Amino acid sequence: MKSKAIGVPYVVWMALFVVAPLVMVVVYAFTTRDGGASIANFAEMGEYLGVFGRSFLLAAVATVICLLIGYPLAYCLARLRPSLRRAANMLIMLPMWMNFLLRTYSWVFLLERNGFLNSLLSAVGLPKLDIIGTPAAVILGMVYNFLPFMVLPIFSVIEKIDPKVIEAAQDLGANNFKVFSRVTLPLSLPGVLSGITMTFIPSVSTFAISQLLGGGKYLLLGDLIEMQFLGAAYNPHLGSAISLVMMVIVLVCMAVMNRFGEGEEEAVVL
Amino acid sequence: MKKNGFFSGAFIALVFLFLYAPIAVLIAFSFNASKSSAVWMGFTTDWYVQLFQDSYIMAALRTTLLVSVLATLIATIVGTAAAIGFHNMGRKARTACLTVNNIPLTNADIITGVSMMLLFVAAFGAFNATLGEVLGFRLRLGFGTLLIAHITFDIPYVILSVMPKLRQLDPNIAEAAQDLGATNFYAFRKVILPEILPGVVNGMLIAFTMSIDDFVISYFTAGSRSNTLSMVVYSMVRRQISPKINALSTIMFVAVLALLIIINLRQTRQEAARRRKRAALRP
Repeated sequence: MKSKAIGVPYVVWMALFVVAPLVMVVVYAFTTRDGGASIANFAEMGEYLGVFGRSFLLAAVATVICLLIGYPLAYCLARLRPSLRRAANMLIMLPMWMNFLLRTYSWVFLLERNGFLNSLLSAVGLPKLDIIGTPAAVILGMVYNFLPFMVLPIFSVIEKIDPKVIEAAQDLGANNFKVFSRVTLPLSLPGVLSGITMTFIPSVSTFAISQLLGGGKYLLLGDLIEMQFLGAAYNPHLGSAISLVMMVIVLVCMAVMNRFGEGEEEAVVL
Repeated sequence: MKKNGFFSGAFIALVFLFLYAPIAVLIAFSFNASKSSAVWMGFTTDWYVQLFQDSYIMAALRTTLLVSVLATLIATIVGTAAAIGFHNMGRKARTACLTVNNIPLTNADIITGVSMMLLFVAAFGAFNATLGEVLGFRLRLGFGTLLIAHITFDIPYVILSVMPKLRQLDPNIAEAAQDLGATNFYAFRKVILPEILPGVVNGMLIAFTMSIDDFVISYFTAGSRSNTLSMVVYSMVRRQISPKINALSTIMFVAVLALLIIINLRQTRQEAARRRKRAALRP
């Protein structure tokens, strides 16, 4: 099997449906409705600076929280018995089989003024919390939806660490903390980097989560782009320009971050 | 390695509570007698009956399943072939192909969605104004574009899970098969495929999960005539969610849960058998 030819259909497919669409985005971003080439779309984006700032801020907070929950979780799961480990892996994937809009919307029932959480709180005599309609609710929605994408890559990397390496460190006199900081953590870094990428990108570009949990008060980049293509503010040229800028900022962030990594050729996915 | 203590056990339980609390709410409301899901009005299974009479939801379910199954099958075949082709390429060409292959994975869903929508709208516009005019039909966004979009974002997952298996493969065994007179395809079927099959199956499962769960890319590429379940839910969320949708989600959830439990039990049993065999072989 030395044939390269059987890869050709997919190379053609990629050119048509991966590369060509991105070229279209670039073309649309640099043209206006009347067909002329211009950078007017980018000038118009000035008024949406707030949306950019808010999206990147909320996504960064959500990513940090995902990491703070996801890393310890992946670490604990990787130390379970193999059969339990496999079950846990499946239980993390399983929620993805329920529609993500429905799952997100369920939080409204759990968190609203007369919802489940507030009934619990008032039952034990604590004041009620108004979470729905705040940025915290939007962040919660992001953490809830994208946490599995943080846990799974870290989990699969930690799971593959050779126990002998850990034992060697212990034999050489390292305490638990030192074993973790000098052996486990550096070895799990590729998983952490791909986990950050896989949570940050969907968070920054999410649309619908803010509409569902933020009460429509916090316009995010995803919502802004959607409005330009299918919504009331129809202007695909502006929408393309916003998409392009978002894509470039994300790429730069990822490139900077990956410089800290080992430069693995292959990303860890799921 | 040290085993987990009480605190890590409690932590794991807490995170799973966080992941499953909304799902528990969803399932509970599928049995709620009240039409608005805000209050509990008593137990009923009516929604499960009504679900199957709702032609709108059933049509969306059919579209979702059809596009997911077709996209997964096509992506698995094309993706596995592409992974083998990439594997046989020189280092430079392979890196270039894998970089482009990674674009749909790392790019934001919304950008994948709108970029494909732009392409389809522009290409169809050009077609309809020229050739379509002559031939007398028009192309529009619909099931075809939805399927193309799903295949496009499914293939990278297949490739990424098949590639590592190909790398582990001993290049000599395929040559040995051919030396013994096997044709290219026969060697693939009898020697290579069994070795990479776990990767292919894994890629297929991930692709199917992604297709079923996708909302954003479908939303932009399906046009106004084709609806997937996610799109039905999205239109309902803005008005009111029917408990029928909760009932459908519950059925799908239970089906997948059952499937995963069966797979898990089988794997555990196979592992135990392998261990016993190894122990018996030891002198």
